[in-house]
Amino acid sequence: MWLPKIILAPTTVAMVVCMYGFILWTGALSFTKSRMLPQWDFVGFLQYDKLFANPRWDVALSNLVVFGILFICISLVIGLALAIFLDQKIKAEGLIRTIYLYPMAVSFVVTGTAWKWILNPGLGIEKLVRDFGFTDFEFRWLVDQEMAIYTIVIAAVWQSSGFVMAMFLAGLRGVDDSLVKAAKIDGASAWQSYWYVILPILRPVFFSAVVILSHIAIKSFDLVQALTGGGPGYASDLPANFMYTFAFNRAQMGIGAASAMIMLFGVLAILVPYLYSELRGSNRG
Amino acid sequence: MLNRSIAACFAVASFVVSPVQASEVEVLHWWTSGGEAKSVASLKASLDKRGVAWKDFAVAGGGGENAMTVLKSRAVSGNPPTAAQIKGPDIQEWGELGFLASIDDVAKKNNWDGVLPGVVSDVMKYKGKYVAAPVNVHRVNWLWANPEVFRKAGASIPTTWADFMVQAKKIQDAGYIALAHGGQAWQDNTVFEAVVLGVGGAEYYQKAFVDLDMTALNSSTTDEVFKVFGELRQFIDANAPGRDWNVATSMVINGEAAMQIMGDWAKGEFAVAGKNAGTDFVCVAAPGTSDGFTFNVDSFAFFSQKDINKQNAQKAMAEEILGTNFQEVFNLNKGSIPARLGMARTKFDSCAHDSMNAFVSTAQSGGLVPSFAHGMAVPGAVAGAITDVATNYFNSKTSPAEGKAQLVAAIQAAM
Repeated sequence: MWLPKIILAPTTVAMVVCMYGFILWTGALSFTKSRMLPQWDFVGFLQYDKLFANPRWDVALSNLVVFGILFICISLVIGLALAIFLDQKIKAEGLIRTIYLYPMAVSFVVTGTAWKWILNPGLGIEKLVRDFGFTDFEFRWLVDQEMAIYTIVIAAVWQSSGFVMAMFLAGLRGVDDSLVKAAKIDGASAWQSYWYVILPILRPVFFSAVVILSHIAIKSFDLVQALTGGGPGYASDLPANFMYTFAFNRAQMGIGAASAMIMLFGVLAILVPYLYSELRGSNRG
Repeated sequence: MLNRSIAACFAVASFVVSPVQASEVEVLHWWTSGGEAKSVASLKASLDKRGVAWKDFAVAGGGGENAMTVLKSRAVSGNPPTAAQIKGPDIQEWGELGFLASIDDVAKKNNWDGVLPGVVSDVMKYKGKYVAAPVNVHRVNWLWANPEVFRKAGASIPTTWADFMVQAKKIQDAGYIALAHGGQAWQDNTVFEAVVLGVGGAEYYQKAFVDLDMTALNSSTTDEVFKVFGELRQFIDANAPGRDWNVATSMVINGEAAMQIMGDWAKGEFAVAGKNAGTDFVCVAAPGTSDGFTFNVDSFAFFSQKDINKQNAQKAMAEEILGTNFQEVFNLNKGSIPARLGMARTKFDSCAHDSMNAFVSTAQSGGLVPSFAHGMAVPGAVAGAITDVATNYFNSKTSPAEGKAQLVAAIQAAM
């Protein structure tokens, strides 16, 4: 009777202090004029004003929107397509599955460094194609301010779509065969049975995938740091990089805390509707 | 307050446990690479002779960012090291927070006001009292050139920015990269700083980028600065973004590129490659800045200590740092020049001699200005804002007028 509670107590305390306690602390910090160290002179929303007046924060936020949408959509599409192809009872499925899943096993730092070399005009794709004889070929997204954020999308999609594939594959394996057969008997084509029967069943998998991918997107830090270093200039900054730079390198803890709070609200904006729909679903069920 | 009382408890506790503590200094620094580590070892040795034990507290990496994070947590928990490598306006910031100890009596005894140039000693003082000791002076506005490339391209080493554009064009036409550069924010800012000094002169530099005078920042000189800075974009190769500064230096060493604008720490790279100053490579002031000197001074700041033994050890360390022996050994290894004026020069190379001459003459003429790109001139927030504008401008096609507007807005927002 008491045992489970006693066993859970340390974890609960650790969670309450280390997660929620520090969330509150960061929230409080964001209303102070803290610079290098925490200082408890409250200044209201000044740090938030400063934050949103900062052009670099604008760049980081709009990058997050671009990166988030593209990363989630492309990973979902590629992951789903791979899963459906793998589900056609092909040969060597286990081997292929492992190959696609493998990028998940390396850290974002490794991914970022490898793609930095691949995308570097003097080392990677551009040089390769030029060496083949196409001397006018240009592929310079990595060093182009306008395009640098898309290189981060490329690397992140490469890393995560295998994982999305594995999730969908598990979902597909859970689909009741009799439903597909029934659809076939009713004269549905393969395309129609996927679109009208199987995908609706996979709805919970979509949800889980979107939630996991969006929190990867919001907390992305190491990939940017390794791949572009936020550059050229600060063109490929994401909010997490902004927060780190301001809180730790620039002695502007107040602005850093404010940006961290905005990121928290970003996560909540995604999580709350999800949890709401999940909980409502389980009550109904 | 709580921190203080906890610290006091610890201090009492440690006193009870070990009443006879030999004097010891614990020093936080990030000088861990070859030449730097050697320099630190020499300080350790000379303190040993005075019976002061050295407790090394090196936190490597990130240009000191990691070390600063550790220092903050140690200071907040009431247990700061005896001394830490802190520089520029950060010293004021720590002083304001009430962590630093005055070493004014050591300074008075050893006549620091007499041996240090005024601009340097000002940085070391908080409210008129010395709280830090300078170890070296880096000159940031250097142009490193490969004379072989210049010969092949039929170009001459430029002394003004107008001439730079002409010569760089010649070099580029001859098939070399004119300006070796690493597209990282701080390197963009280092070049920007050289342009500011070269185009605007020391007076403008001081007004606009040290005193942050809005009239100077809004003047037409700023337009001209951004115009010249923008023209440099064309002389850099496409692979520059993200490149480390020493890789860029090696491009000059290998003869791939003709020039690099970088502080005197670049000299170490030439030395490691076995190149000689004057023949294999040339060091001259960045275009238009021969009568200017942007300085970057490394220093140790001293933290308040309760224990009298530690206070004495701290003072011994301060004395050693400004001693002629340490200043010489350290700077020979680091590539910089001594912060102390009037030292023997025979062991230094020709680049260092140039730097020393310029240091003395600019200290008198007013051309000696703190480097804003290396955290010497303005508080972190403003320095960061300038860096953002410079790197964003350099990597885009922004017009000079827009660049100026962004700079003014960013500095105003950060002040």
